[in-house]
Amino acid sequence: MAASELPSARAVAPETVRRRIRIAAVMALALSLILIWRFYSLQVLQYERYQTLSLDNHIRIQAVPPVRGLILDRHGVVLAQNTAVHILQVVPEKVHDMEVMLRKVDDLVGLSTTEVEAFRSRLKKHPSFEKVLLKARLDDVETATFAVNEYRFPGVTLEAVLHRDYPQGSLVSHVLGYVGRISESEEAMIDPAAYQGVRSIGKIGIEKQYEDLLLGRPGFAQVEIDAHGRTLRTISRNSATPGNTLNLTIDADLQRIAREALGNQRGAVVAIAPSSGEVLTMASSPSFDPNLFVDGIDQQTYDALRGLEDRPLLNRVLYGRYAPGSTIKPVIAQAILDAGISPRESVYCPGWYTLPDSTRRYRCWKKTGHGPVNLHGAVEQSCDVYFYEMGRRLGIEGMADVLTRFGLGAVTGVDLPKEPDGLVPTPQWKRATRNESWYPGEDLITVIGQGYLMVTPMQLARMTATLANRGIPVQPRLLLSKEDSLSGEIIPSNVSSQPAKPATEASLDQVIQSMTAVMHSPRGTARASGRRSPYQIAGKTGTAQVIGIAQDEEYDESVIPEKFHDHALFIAFAPVDNPQIAIAVVVENGGSGAKVAAPIARKIMDRFFQKKLQRAAAPSKHHVFG
Amino acid sequence: MFSGRPLHLDGPLLIALVFLSALGLVVIFSASGENWDVMLKQGARLGVSVVAMLILAQVSPETFRRLSPHLFVIGLIALLGVLVIGVSAKGAQRWLDLGVVRFQPSELMKLAVPMAVAWLLTRGRMPPSFSMVMAALMVTLIPAGLVVIQPDLGTAIMLIVSGMIVVFLAGIRWHHIMMLLAALAALAPFLWSRLDGYQQQRILTLFDPFADPLGSGYQAIQAQIAIGSAGIWGKGWLEGSQSHLEFIPERSTDFIFAVFAEEFGLIGVLMLVLLYLFIVGRCLVMAYHTRDTYSRLLIGALALTFFFYLFVNLGMVSGILPIVGVPLPLISYGGTSMLTLMAGFGMIMGMHARRRLMT
Repeated sequence: MAASELPSARAVAPETVRRRIRIAAVMALALSLILIWRFYSLQVLQYERYQTLSLDNHIRIQAVPPVRGLILDRHGVVLAQNTAVHILQVVPEKVHDMEVMLRKVDDLVGLSTTEVEAFRSRLKKHPSFEKVLLKARLDDVETATFAVNEYRFPGVTLEAVLHRDYPQGSLVSHVLGYVGRISESEEAMIDPAAYQGVRSIGKIGIEKQYEDLLLGRPGFAQVEIDAHGRTLRTISRNSATPGNTLNLTIDADLQRIAREALGNQRGAVVAIAPSSGEVLTMASSPSFDPNLFVDGIDQQTYDALRGLEDRPLLNRVLYGRYAPGSTIKPVIAQAILDAGISPRESVYCPGWYTLPDSTRRYRCWKKTGHGPVNLHGAVEQSCDVYFYEMGRRLGIEGMADVLTRFGLGAVTGVDLPKEPDGLVPTPQWKRATRNESWYPGEDLITVIGQGYLMVTPMQLARMTATLANRGIPVQPRLLLSKEDSLSGEIIPSNVSSQPAKPATEASLDQVIQSMTAVMHSPRGTARASGRRSPYQIAGKTGTAQVIGIAQDEEYDESVIPEKFHDHALFIAFAPVDNPQIAIAVVVENGGSGAKVAAPIARKIMDRFFQKKLQRAAAPSKHHVFG
Repeated sequence: MFSGRPLHLDGPLLIALVFLSALGLVVIFSASGENWDVMLKQGARLGVSVVAMLILAQVSPETFRRLSPHLFVIGLIALLGVLVIGVSAKGAQRWLDLGVVRFQPSELMKLAVPMAVAWLLTRGRMPPSFSMVMAALMVTLIPAGLVVIQPDLGTAIMLIVSGMIVVFLAGIRWHHIMMLLAALAALAPFLWSRLDGYQQQRILTLFDPFADPLGSGYQAIQAQIAIGSAGIWGKGWLEGSQSHLEFIPERSTDFIFAVFAEEFGLIGVLMLVLLYLFIVGRCLVMAYHTRDTYSRLLIGALALTFFFYLFVNLGMVSGILPIVGVPLPLISYGGTSMLTLMAGFGMIMGMHARRRLMT
């Protein structure tokens, strides 16, 4: 001990501390008086109120979770339903020794490390009198084994609950999305009263978009309990309101055709009804099984899915961003006509093009050249040189204007969460984001759908539908109708009003004629896919160079092509005179749009019209048993 | 050496403590659903705790003072150890497994923090300078921070309170107190945002527990029903319907006072509060009588912290404070807290009994 410390430590304590002790004693007394007042208030002033509550208290209120709404396709095929499964729940404060209990349960029905870890982390977040999930899905043998041994496990209960199930597996997973356990961040967002007893919530896709409609409302049961807290009887029941049944615009059968046609290739197919915007098919390949997510996917499987180069979790229709290639040429053609350039004016195609004061050659896809081509021939044969010339004349502003009018580079408004917008470049955009000026050469790259231009397959489909509608844009939608769970009333989803049509009918007819020639004339680029069709198709092929990765901030990671082959694209609608289906197809690194993408569209159209005929032939099918 | 006090004990305090602990066993018997096992286990813990108290009463205050910084450093290392290699129980990582015994460093800190702060402040002038106050604040906040991330908000609050009580008793200037309070007020929104959702909910529940009767308000409502329905005379021992129907969660631990209040009524509550106040008051008188600053600060701080436990627990059970997991001292089921408290009382008695030796 240093001598210098001693005086202060050993010195007779100064009066200060005594004074402070007196002050503290008075404060403690004051706080005690507050407590005593509080107990006086509870036990004397409000005695009668609490006594009544106490007498009522052999009645306990239990939440009854609602049944989540079904999701059906447009013809009633079940896409998402609920099946009963058994789960194990634990009330921690009733468990004598948690470790012993876990070991015994493991011996009996098996617990994976993941399950135990998840259980432990849930334990931390819940008060010890609340039920905590231990094991999510017991098979029949496990259920029976546990049931006969349940008495050995105080605090552990076996319960039957409804569990989301996706019977179609990976077929429509990108559209439906999936439900999963309510996460902490979601817990903070939701209204706890609306989620009483509910364990899962829509995470992505339709399940998330229409969470409100699907959820339903929880009910409450009043149960009488005995002195040991066991339920004697249910006194009253305020039933839960099940969620709405949703009918989607998707046709599961067409969806299957699309998925089969895509096969193992990476790509996206989307078909919409041009007049209504109903999305008939929305297929993204490869896909995943949404059932994996319902009980909370384990980290390993999830990382594996995310890590795959093919990105099965990505809905390419909505979140895939591609250079549209030549598929935009019909829209550019419309701009050419709008600019007053004669459709009969010919441009000579030697196989390449140079800007007036430059020597750099911009090549046509056909090295030998098309010779003289006018607008019709340029669309039919997809002549790049003709469009280079027109692109120079229109300038980027003229092109950006028409592309935007046809909905490219903007959200389509389809009812799925977080739709990205894509990009139609302008000089202002380039100045703002890259601080560079716009080069004339970039006009030429843009006019053939390359360069900065980035669109989603959904935007291409919307553009195609707008062409089919002779210029009237349409908003794609996935919800056909909802069925009110109480009244059984079927309420069609609202068709939003559309802005006025952007193009004059007569000039679009010319463009559509050229698109028809793409399919049915001897020189059309997709004539192989138009051959021998009983209906007339208007289409346009596209082959997009995989130049690089999209520069946009938010979704760029979603489009990382591992190979550098061209993407194959195709858009089409049919029949030409009275369009009923509009399709956009993208096959990543597929090569030629005509060879790879167009046949997929043809298969879907064939199936679509075949079904139409069958339905027309058997109109009263639904009334046979009625 | 005994100076008229056998084993350096203090008669009135000892009798009150024994009486209170015995009462605790009676309440635990009822709260546990008349479980002899639970009660005997708690009785055994009480025995161990009393032995600890007797031993610590024999240690000289000078030894405690010298050991204070070392004990604090050991506790700090142990707290870090908990975060790295600790054992979890009931969702929080609070324990160190030393092979033979499981050891909860945050309990050690309940003694080590006031000891360290008292040691620190007695090295300087009285009343403490501003820099001394800041140093004391650090000594308090660092272990409290380590406890918060276990997570154990209740214990962390109690650590801060015990350290701050020492600073208060040491005569911190009133304008320094104002500055600290202002700083706390400025930090309040940040602290609020750092609370877990359930903790925020517990605070919001205070204002209207009936807003969410099945969720966060459940515990508060059930406890208030138990207390309120008891009336003046109570429902009688083992007769509390709320308690025995298992409506009160954590009724042997943090919410045991609700069981007591239901069975013994306002009369029981008054008697119990008076008993607690007697213990606190007796300790404060003892602090008054000691002659050295260290003992006086430490006894005063331990006694007032003990009171604060009582206040927070009763406040939370009766619904005027948010639910932070603070047990009712000497009555709630659980061994470590009882051991710490009894050890503290042992130190108090020892320091008081040897007050003359220090001069």
